[in-house]
Amino acid sequence: MILARKFYSSKMKGLLVLTALFVAVFGKKTFEGDQVLRITAKNEAQIFLLKELSEQEHLGLDFWREPVHESLPVDVYVPFHSLQAVRVFLRYNQIQYNVMIMDVQDLLDDEEREMVKYRTIPRSTDDFVYTAYHDLNSIYSFMDMLVAENSNLVSKIVIGQSYENRPLNVLKFSTGANRPGIWFDTGIHSREWVTQASGIWFAKKIVTDYGRDPVLTDILNNYDIFLEIVTNPDGFAYTHSRDRMWRKTRKPNSGSSCVGVDPNRNWDAGFGGGGSSSNPCTETYRGPSAHSEPEVKAIVDFVKSHGKLKAFVSIHSYSQMLLYPYGYTSTPAKDKAELHELAKKAIASLQSLYNTRYTYGSIITTIYQADGITVDWTYEQGIKYSYTFELRDTGRYGFLLPADQIIPTAEETWLALMAIMEHTKNNPY
Amino acid sequence: MASTGDLEPTHYPARRAAQVALHYLNTHHGSPFRVFGLQQVHKASAEDVAAGGRKYKLDFSVTDWGSGSAGPALRCSADVLFPRTERHSAPKVELHCEALQQINSTAQEDDAFYQKYISPDSTVSARDIPDSFGNMSEEMQPFWRLARVAASFIMLRESSENTEFNMAKVASITQQESSEEQLMLEFVVLLHDFPSQEIVQWKLLASWSPDRGVRVLQTEWQPRCPHATKPPN
Repeated sequence: MILARKFYSSKMKGLLVLTALFVAVFGKKTFEGDQVLRITAKNEAQIFLLKELSEQEHLGLDFWREPVHESLPVDVYVPFHSLQAVRVFLRYNQIQYNVMIMDVQDLLDDEEREMVKYRTIPRSTDDFVYTAYHDLNSIYSFMDMLVAENSNLVSKIVIGQSYENRPLNVLKFSTGANRPGIWFDTGIHSREWVTQASGIWFAKKIVTDYGRDPVLTDILNNYDIFLEIVTNPDGFAYTHSRDRMWRKTRKPNSGSSCVGVDPNRNWDAGFGGGGSSSNPCTETYRGPSAHSEPEVKAIVDFVKSHGKLKAFVSIHSYSQMLLYPYGYTSTPAKDKAELHELAKKAIASLQSLYNTRYTYGSIITTIYQADGITVDWTYEQGIKYSYTFELRDTGRYGFLLPADQIIPTAEETWLALMAIMEHTKNNPY
Repeated sequence: MASTGDLEPTHYPARRAAQVALHYLNTHHGSPFRVFGLQQVHKASAEDVAAGGRKYKLDFSVTDWGSGSAGPALRCSADVLFPRTERHSAPKVELHCEALQQINSTAQEDDAFYQKYISPDSTVSARDIPDSFGNMSEEMQPFWRLARVAASFIMLRESSENTEFNMAKVASITQQESSEEQLMLEFVVLLHDFPSQEIVQWKLLASWSPDRGVRVLQTEWQPRCPHATKPPN
C-alpha cells in the first residue's frame, strides 16, 4: 500500500500533467480508444489497491463491477487518456487483467450499425433491408408483406411444420391455374445464411420484374414458381440463438445425446449409402429412415401431390458450384449431356455480372459422394432439371459471408436461375 | 475410387490437393498482411508412388487476400504426396511459385503492426472474428490473418485426400506475454472440413515477428459441445 502511494506521488504527478494536456487537446466526447478491463485480484491487498484506484477521480474511471472480493471479477471502464496510467499501475502491483472491450467506440459503431438496420420495422418490402441478415421473425414478416402487396401474384402456402412446430412457408408466384411449376429452396442447411438472404431477394425480384422483364413475364405466364426461403427454420433459429455453425434439423435422436439430422442426406435416393453417416453426432447423419424429418417430408408430399414440377433447384453455400445428379452413384444421369450444357450456360450468365468463378458438374465427381440428397430424389421423381447450387464464397469467409455480399451474390445467382427457368420453359417435357 | 492420370482441374481430387499446397504456401509466406487463397487449378494429375501413397502434380494460380480483389494472380506448381501409412501422417509438399519475391512487400505494415503490439502493455483479447454477420473491424484483420496462417499449420498436418479444410472463424484471440521478441498469440480456431461438413475446434499457441514469421508452438484439439446438447425440457 505504501509502495503504491509512493508510486502515485512521483509517477502519477507526471501523468496528471499529461492527462490535463490530453483533455485540453481532445476536448470532444467520443469513446475512441477507451477500453473496458476485467481485473482479477488475487488477494485482499489487491482489492484494497483497486479501491484506492477507484478513488482517483481525475482518471475518470467507471467501475462496472466494483472491487469487492478477490473471488469476483472487477470490470472497469477506462477512458483513453487514463489507459497508460492504469496499466502501469496494474503491472506494477502485479494485478492480473485482460481487455474485455478493446475499443468502446468500435463497439458502439457496430451496435449503431446493427440498430440502424433494425430500427425501423419495415412497413413494406420496399423498406426492407436486403443488405443485412435477418432473423426468422423478420423473414416471415417479409413474406406476409410481400403477399399483401402483391396478392394477385403471390400467395403463401404452409406445406407442413418443423420439428419444433414452426410453419414451413412456401411462396407461390402464379398467374393462372393448373400450371406446371418450378421450385427453389434456400436455407435447408441453416448456417448457410447467404442462401436465405438471397431467397428474400429473389422473392422481391420476381414481383418487381413480372410485367417488366419479358423473359420472366413469359416464364410466369406459363409456370408457377415456388420458393421456400427458410427450409430449416428450427436450425435457423438455433444459428441465431445458440450456434452460428448449426447445419442440421433440431430433432433429438433417440438413444443419443446428439441432436439433429442432415436434411440433405435424408431423402430416399441412395439413402443409407457411404456418402452419409449413421452417427447422430455427425453433420451428415442421415436420420433413422428416409424422410424421417418433417422438413423433408413436407417437401416430398408437396412434390408428389403437385405432380407437375419441371425444375427443382436447392440452394446451399459455400463453394461456388452448380451441380446436377447424381451424388450417390457414379453412374451418369440419363440427361447428363443436357444438364451439363445447361449448367455451362447458367454459369456463363452468372459470371457475366461480377466475374465470379463457378465450377459445375455432377455432385459425385465435382464435390464428393453424397447419399440421400434432395436433387437425386427429385431427379428420380422425373424432375429433369434438378440442380444444387453452392453460392459464395470459396472458403475465405465461408458461412460467415459479409452482408455486403448478399446482393451481389443474389444478383449473379438470379441470372443462372433465369437461364435454368428459360431453358425449362423452352424445352417442355 | 481413386483417379490416376490426368484429373479434371475443377473437381475435388485436384482441388483438395491444391488446397494442401495452399496451406503449405501460407505456412511459409503468410503474415498479418498476407494470406493466399486458391484462384484456379489449371492442370492436375495423380499417380501412385512406389513407396506407397499418391502423388499429385498441380499447376494453379493463387491470389493474396490481403491485397483485395485488385491483387495479381501468382502462378504456382506443386507436388503433393499423400502417404499411405497406417496412422495418418501429414502430406509432403514441394512448391514453387513464380514471382513470389516480386509481389508488393508488406514489410512496412508488418513492422508497424509489430511495433504496436510488441509493447509489454499490449494485451489484445477478442472473440468471434468475424462475427455471425461476417463483420470484422479493421484492427482485427491482421490478427485474423495471423490466425489463418497459424491454422494452416494444423490444416496442412491434418489433411488427406478425404479432407478439404478452411478456417470457418476465429473463436478467440488472447495475446500472451511476448517472448524472445516474438508476438505470442493464443488462438482458438474453428476449422471446417468440406467432405464431412464437420466443424473442428483447435486451440493453438503461435509466435510471430517480421523476421521469424509465424511459428506454431502448441496445438490442442478441443471437443465442441453443441453436438451433445439435448434441447432443454
